[in-house]
Amino acid sequence: MSIQGAAVVDSARVTPVPSGRKRRRSGEGLAATGFLAPLAIGVLVFIAAPTALSVLMSFYDVSLGGITFVGTANYERMLGDPLFWQSLRVTGVYALLFIPGLTIASLTLALLVQAEFAGVGLWRALLLAPNAVSLVATALVWRFLLADGNGPLAVLGRKVGIDAPSWLGQPGWALLMVVVISIWAFMGFYMLVMIGGRQDIPSELYEAARIDGARPLQQFWFITLPMMRPTIFFVVLMGTVIGLTGLQSFDLVYVMTKGGPANATSVTLFYIYQQAFLYGQFGYAAAMSTVLVLLMLLTAVLFFRATNSGRFDVDN
Amino acid sequence: MSTTEARPRMASGAMTRFARPLVAGLIAVIVVSPLVLMVMQAMRTDAGSWTLANLQFAVADSQVFRWLLNSLVVAVTSTVLVLVVHSMAGYALARLRFRGRELVFLGVASTMFVSLPVILVPLFVIVREMNLLNSFVGIVLPTIFGGFATILMRQFFISVPAELEEAARLDGCGHFQTFVRVFLPISRPAFVSVAVINFLASWNLFMWPLTITSDSRLWVVQVGITSFQTQYQGSWGYMMAVTFLSALPTLVVFFILQRYIVASLKTSGIK
Repeated sequence: MSIQGAAVVDSARVTPVPSGRKRRRSGEGLAATGFLAPLAIGVLVFIAAPTALSVLMSFYDVSLGGITFVGTANYERMLGDPLFWQSLRVTGVYALLFIPGLTIASLTLALLVQAEFAGVGLWRALLLAPNAVSLVATALVWRFLLADGNGPLAVLGRKVGIDAPSWLGQPGWALLMVVVISIWAFMGFYMLVMIGGRQDIPSELYEAARIDGARPLQQFWFITLPMMRPTIFFVVLMGTVIGLTGLQSFDLVYVMTKGGPANATSVTLFYIYQQAFLYGQFGYAAAMSTVLVLLMLLTAVLFFRATNSGRFDVDN
Repeated sequence: MSTTEARPRMASGAMTRFARPLVAGLIAVIVVSPLVLMVMQAMRTDAGSWTLANLQFAVADSQVFRWLLNSLVVAVTSTVLVLVVHSMAGYALARLRFRGRELVFLGVASTMFVSLPVILVPLFVIVREMNLLNSFVGIVLPTIFGGFATILMRQFFISVPAELEEAARLDGCGHFQTFVRVFLPISRPAFVSVAVINFLASWNLFMWPLTITSDSRLWVVQVGITSFQTQYQGSWGYMMAVTFLSALPTLVVFFILQRYIVASLKTSGIK
């Protein structure tokens, strides 16, 4: 799940390997080749080759009939495909709600449980528990919770006198629910990341601020927030990657709404999947994947520029 | 000291001691309540009384059992392969000196930017050409080469003192023997971290197995239970029992071994 993706930040902080003797031991290069061979072969076949192939395929018509070079036809088709534009809009709305939602939720939870107090370990574990459950199970549980008529939330609503809407049956609500459930599923892990960032702030800063008479809100605004900037930056970046590629929202959408109602939850990745594996339009799907990746990279670059910060860590 | 100065300090002291644990506990309970409701629904009859029938049916369902077993085979195989492949690569990148090492490291690190959705379609084509559709090999193999585990292992191996290595060298150990006899025995924490993370990730994987398996006998549990949606529409007790069973292994692994996940965050430098 998200845990693996989180290590993206790692490549930005390459730790230097301690340099030992300058002289190379005999056969070290040969040994290294042996140790690295399984990984290298796997990466070439299952990561590098498909990456290259993805761009290549986008210029071909790859369907059951065979392979034909079509130039930029797949890209032109995209321009006139209202469902593609609809899916981009859905992805955009999803990301715009998901990124700040995830960041604020994980930061708030982190500040709540970062200090050590009796029972804090249990509370942290409970907050993290949704992360251990698969997105398929998550989607099924929430389908039950949000079921029309006699689902727990509808029943609860009736008790307090609210007529619950058809959560997954109305376009606006359905997308909002997918966002909320995504945040619920991921905030625990990013809470851990935020706790790490918060605990790195020297407590002397807070003591000094207290002596100067700073109130909790001022402390948050002038110490916590600026000091945690690198961590928050990381979470926003991860949220952007998760939100735009749809790696996670796909599972939720596939199980809960199948892209509906009225394509309201059809994120781009879901539409790509449909085109490829429902209609066999591999070339068109590859072209849309390429555009999606470019959009994601563009957003990341703009984000780096806007925050004037290509670094993840203040002391690096 | 004047009273106006003392008050905020007292207030924040009281906040830390009573209000914060209370609020934190309340929010934690709300956050986890969907999972509690899942378990409760699994143990209820339609009339609302308690029962174990749903869970018994789910356990006795030969299809569910098969899917759980498939998931176990996939997750365990994947985890073993990940440990072997990435510990070797991590060792080479941490302890061996060779030309192009930095370049290889960058290559490994950059694989983490290539997520599955981006390459789903061409990967499917490649796996189809290799005749691996509808096979466990096809489910497992393409998903184990992401660079995260290598980097975690490398970070760990770097911290091993050089003296241990020297001693093995003087005893006449070659590179492979040094790796197996010196590095592997002391690397348990790193191995457990990688194993836990990978087990959870591969047990929960959905999109890839969905894409390449059409034979229901080869479905992993994540793919299998989605097919139950239409079959058992409306019988939420049974659906939640099956869902609970599918989530139980990861919940157990997670609660017993969560400190290793936290530890791996620290090792990898994310914190």
